[in-house]
Parts: sequence; C-alpha cells; structure tokens
Amino acid sequence: MTDTTITETAVTLTIDGQPVEVAEGSTIHSACVEAGIETPTLCWAENLTPVNVCRVCVVELEGSRALVPSCSRQAEEGMVVQTGTPRVRHSRRMVLEFLGSGVDLSQADDLHHWMKAYGADPDRYGDEDHPVERVEEPVKVQDELYIRDYSKCVLCYKCVEACGDDAQHTFAIAVAGRGFDARISTEFDVTLPDSACVYCGNCVGVCPTGALQFKTEYDLREVGEWRPEDQTVTRTVCSYCGVGCNLDLHVQDERIVKVTSPSDHSVTSGHLCIKGRFGWQYVHGE
Amino acid sequence: MTDIYLGADRATDAEAAAVDAALRSRGVDPVVRPETERLYTSGTARRRERRHFLLPALHALQNEAGWISPGGINYVAEVLDVPPAEAFGVATFYDLFRTEPPAHDGDTFHVCVDAACQIAGYDDLAASVRAAGGHVHLGPCLGQCERAPALFVQGAGGRPDHVPADDEPFELPQAGDESLRLLRRIGVADPESLESYLAHGGYRALRRAGEMGAEAVLEAVAASGLSGRGGAAFPTGVKWRAVAAETGRPKHVVANCDESEPGTFKDRIVMEQDPFAVIETMTIAGLATGAQNGWIYIRGEYPLATARLQGAIDAARAAGLLGKDAAGTGHDFDIAIWRGAGAYICGEETALFNSLEGFRGEPRNKPPFPTTHGLFGEPTAINNPETLLNVLDIILEGADAYRTRGTERSPGTKLLCLSGKVGRPGLYEVAFGTTLGDLLELAGGISGNGELQAVLMGGAAGSFVGPDSLGLPLTLEDTRAAGTTLGSGVVMAFDTSDDMTDVVVRIAEFFRNESCGQCVPCRVGAVRQHETLVQMQRRGSLSPARRALIDEMAEVMVDASICGLGHTAASAVRSALALGLIASAPSR
Repeated sequence: MTDTTITETAVTLTIDGQPVEVAEGSTIHSACVEAGIETPTLCWAENLTPVNVCRVCVVELEGSRALVPSCSRQAEEGMVVQTGTPRVRHSRRMVLEFLGSGVDLSQADDLHHWMKAYGADPDRYGDEDHPVERVEEPVKVQDELYIRDYSKCVLCYKCVEACGDDAQHTFAIAVAGRGFDARISTEFDVTLPDSACVYCGNCVGVCPTGALQFKTEYDLREVGEWRPEDQTVTRTVCSYCGVGCNLDLHVQDERIVKVTSPSDHSVTSGHLCIKGRFGWQYVHGE
Repeated sequence: MTDIYLGADRATDAEAAAVDAALRSRGVDPVVRPETERLYTSGTARRRERRHFLLPALHALQNEAGWISPGGINYVAEVLDVPPAEAFGVATFYDLFRTEPPAHDGDTFHVCVDAACQIAGYDDLAASVRAAGGHVHLGPCLGQCERAPALFVQGAGGRPDHVPADDEPFELPQAGDESLRLLRRIGVADPESLESYLAHGGYRALRRAGEMGAEAVLEAVAASGLSGRGGAAFPTGVKWRAVAAETGRPKHVVANCDESEPGTFKDRIVMEQDPFAVIETMTIAGLATGAQNGWIYIRGEYPLATARLQGAIDAARAAGLLGKDAAGTGHDFDIAIWRGAGAYICGEETALFNSLEGFRGEPRNKPPFPTTHGLFGEPTAINNPETLLNVLDIILEGADAYRTRGTERSPGTKLLCLSGKVGRPGLYEVAFGTTLGDLLELAGGISGNGELQAVLMGGAAGSFVGPDSLGLPLTLEDTRAAGTTLGSGVVMAFDTSDDMTDVVVRIAEFFRNESCGQCVPCRVGAVRQHETLVQMQRRGSLSPARRALIDEMAEVMVDASICGLGHTAASAVRSALALGLIASAPSR
C-alpha cells in the first residue's frame, strides 16, 4: 500500500501566553478553539466563508495597530495574540452593546451569554427626550414557509452568503442601502414569491438572531407556545431523493416544528432544499 | 443566455438604448476590451465576468430616466448576467442613484452642506435654486470648498452633469510663483492641448523613465522618500516595488481620483488643469511596476475633470503616448476611466476596487493588501493624482534634487486646500515645513471677523487645532507629534463667529451618512456618536457620562472597524472637545 499521508505544514503561535500549533492556513479563531479559548462569533459559521463584519471576535495581535478579526485572519508562525485584554473586552462589549441598542436581540440566544460576560448595556444610549434610532420594520409574512423580521437583523451577511456563493447560488437577496439604513433585500423589496427565492430555507438555517424564522416557529411564538425545552431533535435521512441529506427534525407536542441539518454533515454542510427543509407536512397526514 | 430569474418589469426602449450605448462605448475601450475578454475566459462565479460594467450601466439608466427603474435593473441584470437583487444592492449604495421615481423630471441640484459650505451659507444657495424652480438635494462635500457654497447639477433626460462654477475662468492664487513644482503648468499650459503640454516639458519624464528602465525608476522613487498624499502617507517606492515584484499575473495601476474628504479639492484642480500630467505619471507607474492596465476611478461629481482626462487620454493615445509601446518606452499601457456615483467610502482603496468591479463599495479586510490582491484580485499600485505628479520631478531632476525641498522626513512639496475664513481660498503648494501661520498668511490671512477660532486639518477625518498652533510646521512628523494630521491637505479656517457645535455635529452626521454599513463599530457607532452630539447641542451641555461615552465609542471605532472611515470617524469630534470648541463653549 502506498503511503497517502499528506504532510501538513504547522505553524506555532502564542495565544494568551500559551503556545498553540495549528495547520498552516488555519485562522486565529480555530487556533483559539484548539487552545480551548472560547471566542464569541456572530457572522462566522463553519459552513460559510468568513466575512468578518460583526467584529465581535476581535483579538489583539502584537504588531498590529488595530485589533484583528480572529475568524478570518490566518494564523502565522510566531504570532502573539491576546484575547482577554481590556482593549479586546472593550471592543467586544461595545459591539454587542451597539447591536443591542439598534435591533431586537431577544431571540439571539447565543449572544445573551456574551452580553452578560462582557457587561454590555445596550440601554445606556439616548434618553427619554432623545430616543436612539433603531431598526424597526414590520414583520414580512409573505408565505407559509418562513418569515423575515428585519428589526432583528444584525446584518451578519450569513443569509446573503447562503443564498449566494456559499450554498444555493440563487442570489435572491443582497444587502441594499448604506450605513444604518442598509437592509437585506430582494430587488426593489419585491416579495419572496416574486423574487428568485427557491425556498431552500438555507438563509433561515444560518440566521443567528431569529430575523429569519420558520413560519411554524413564528406562529407558535406569537401565541406564546414556542417551548424549545419541550422539543426533541431526531436525526433522520431525507426521504425525497437519493442524495442522502441528514435532517434534524425538531418536534414539539408530536408535531415537526422545524427542520435543520447538521452543519458538519458531509452531504449538506447544513444546507438543504425546499423539500427537505419544508416538505414534512405529509408526516402529519396533511 | 442567462439563468437569472427576472421579474416581469421591462426596460423602456430609451432605457435599453442608453444602457446599450454605455456598454458599447465602454466595451471598445482599449483597456476594457482585452481585460473583459480575459476576465470572461478566466472568470469565477463570484466575479461574474462582465460585472465591472454595472456602474457605467447604472449611470446610463439614471441619466436617461432620472432614476433606476425595476425594468432598467432587469435589463442590466440580463445583459450583464448580474442577479437583480445584487444590482439593486449596488444601485442603492450610491447618492447619485435613485431607485424611486423622481417627483420631477428636471435636473437635480446637489448643494453641499459640509463645513466650508455650512459657514458660507449653503441655505441661501439652496433657497435661490428652489426659487428658480430647481429641485435641490442637500448632500455631502462636492470638492469645491474654495468656491463655497458648492453646487453640482446632475442631469436627467440624457442631459449631461454640470458644475456651474466650472464656467468661470480658473485662477490659481499663486499664479506666476517661480517656486511652484506640482502646480507649475497650471494656468500656463492649455489643459485641452497635448501640444501645449509637450511645449511645457510634457512627456520628457516618461521618455526619460523609458531610458532609465523600471528598476532605476523604482530606485529613484524610493530614494525620493515620496509618500502617499491621500492621508495614510505610505511610501510610494515600497508600494511600487511590491507590485513590480509580483510576476505571472496581470497587474494594474489605479489612479484614485475619488477625492471626497470634506475640504479637499486638490486632485480636482490638478485633473482639470493638468490632466496630461496625471496620464503621463500613470504611464510611468505602469512602466515601473510592469502593469499594463491603467484605471482612473473618479468621483461622479467631477464632470469637467472627467472630460479633460478623457480628452487627454484620447490625445495621448492618438499620439502613440498610450497603447502599444507607449511613447517608445517598449511598455504597453493604456487607461480607462470609471466614474463613481457618490460615496465617500469609495475613496478607500479596497472599496474603490469593489465599486469598480461592480460590487457594493464596501472595504475589504486587509491583509491581503492591494499590492498582491487589488483590482480583480490582482497586483495593483493605487495612488492619487497629487502623489503621481511628484514622480515627474523625481524622474527629471533626480531624487537628491527633489529632496532639497521639504524636510528630511517629509521631502518635497505639498498641495494644501485652503478654505473657510481665509482671504484667498484655493489650492496652494508649499514646501513641507512651512508653518501653518505662514500658510494662512499666504492665503490672505483670516477673513470674516479676522479672529481665528480654529483650523480643521485633514478634513472630516482629521482634527481641529487652535490659534496656538500657528507655529506648527506642516510636515508629516510635526503634525503627527502634535496629535493632528495633514490628511489629504485640508486647511479650513473658522473665525470666532462660527458656531463650532454646528460644524462638529455636521461632521458627525457626515460619518453617519457615509458609513458603508458593513461593520458594526462604524455602522452603529457613527449613529450613536451623532445622536450623542445632537443631544449635547439641544441641551447645551455634555454630562461627564456622555463625555466618557464618546471616548468609549471612539475606542471601538478606532480598534475594531474594518477601514479608515471608522478609524477616523471620531477624530475631529474628540479634538473639538479637547480644545473646548464645543460643549464647554458659552451659549451664543
């Protein structure tokens, strides 16, 4: 048998005083994971290209004037990285605070722990006479499959990536407008049925804040019946075609309420098509 | 054939014809045609091979119909193979594009509301335009601060864009001054005549560079100590050397003519009055770096500069000074012009690349840097016109002679944009090391009530200094040591009658409006900073907690923003607070 081992070049860097060895091409973030250092992320996901826009994962890099985004910056030999300095903690706190001051993070469950850890206080901006500008838009309910609530959107670009180059190649949505007025939008904000959307739901799958949500989840939340603690998750294989996508069925009160796919699954990388994502009604005999 | 989903809206015949004409004229361009063919055959999914035609196509739609309609977007999407959602996302990024039907079918009169025009009374200008029936759009700096308040007329119905002040004869305040280097041809050589440029020494430097060879040019530029004149002051020799070292890939020279820093108009005057010098020095940059493609990205509000540069390119090409074996140097080089559409951020070099490529003008994370991953992801030397102009003397008289002007660490001369309350506002050239006070004297001293309150150095991204700084030598090192900056060369004076709170609140609003929105620190931070200052203005005071908050917001913008816009968005505000220009000032 021939030896098929590929020799990977390793680089060694120092994170918080501790030497860490990672494969060349790894990011500082993955080196942090390797070293057991927890790092907040928002716009990063393992199944998407890093866009490094949220800046919540910034770290201090010796020799760099500004902080650097750990999610996209490649680890280099000899780098000296700090993840817990006052500068790092300040920037992370302010990013979380800024987000909380501008959009509704009530369903951004992953962020709550970090906001507490960094002492983010989004309510300290403005006052009674001078309310701050927030993103406030009516929920877009345009079909029975998923809803869009952009008052919860943190502009992490994940949905745009999943709709575009990173998964679906449909390009139904993009960032439109500029600055604080920037929004995820179809062309001229046409409804999803009038757009290129193919309802794969991969945007819903990657949304970290509940801005994109299964209609089933939205409806249950509206009546106060969304109970994640009472839900079970059952892994199965999609029955529609022969590709073999893994599905995680989220079940509450013996009804499927949403479907996801594990992002580390070799077939899907977490992405599905309309049938696997939304086509479960037959299970309930509907 | 496209697999792109398009809605039912269709372009009018006039819209389709306008787009076709724009693409045709762009498509036959000597740089663009081969580049497009190359990109088409090597294109990746993200690049979408003809995507760089998006901006010219959107300009054509806007100019024809007065807005960019759903049918127009669909037409462009179809012919360029760009998803309509992305084309819409690009169209909505720019101030000069509208995606709602206009309430009028006339031209749009853009009136500047930034500092120089603010203290010159832009509201009177706006009122007079409105009284004459013109549709006014209040917007950011138009790069005409020496003739504030500024006006730019955006044509509709196929009418060209127009700046009324361009109809007035141009006068350089230092006309006749023998010491001028960068500005020596202005007012002397005819900017519309290649013969006149040649008669005043034009193209001697390129021919000389051809004799010297690329290596010797790189050495001379490095030895001269020339650094970028846009604000970052990066050594030009290092930049060019890095691009020259890249082999095996097509390379580009980009002239960053998107000058949009409030208070800055130097490159506009250089391009309008000495366009051949920009073309010649870009060609030298191409020779030195081994790049064959030249691109001029110019802000959309500069119609005269655009026309003069195009005229210069056409004349140079006809004379064999561009194209194959340009000027007999043995190097092939040609230049295409791309017009921006109203976005301060597109002056940031990587945002400029994205904009030119047909994407939203959002800055890229660095590294990698443009010298290896610039335009179309390829090695790129990007410089502004002022920086480029210095290369003429460096080639012609040598680095040593060049260094006799200025200081050891800031060699050469600097263009400075004098505006606000000075006797003779305009473009000045002085050797580095001239003091701020001497410069203000040269410009006729303080006008208005004659009592200097503050000077804004470097523009909205710069900082204020007080009257005690008149002895400050204008060099990179001295301004840095004094905690201020030369930035893009803005020197804007305010007298004691100017309401600095109004000025600073507007600077904060400028950043709020101009943030691209990509990263959180800048997108939200610029809004919260502006809100905090508006609150201060209404209350007439700033509580210690709010004062501390401004610093906290500034820190995250400086530390964690992607680009220079966020890094500098709090700079002027903080300097105004430190000088007591706002917050502690007595009520007026």
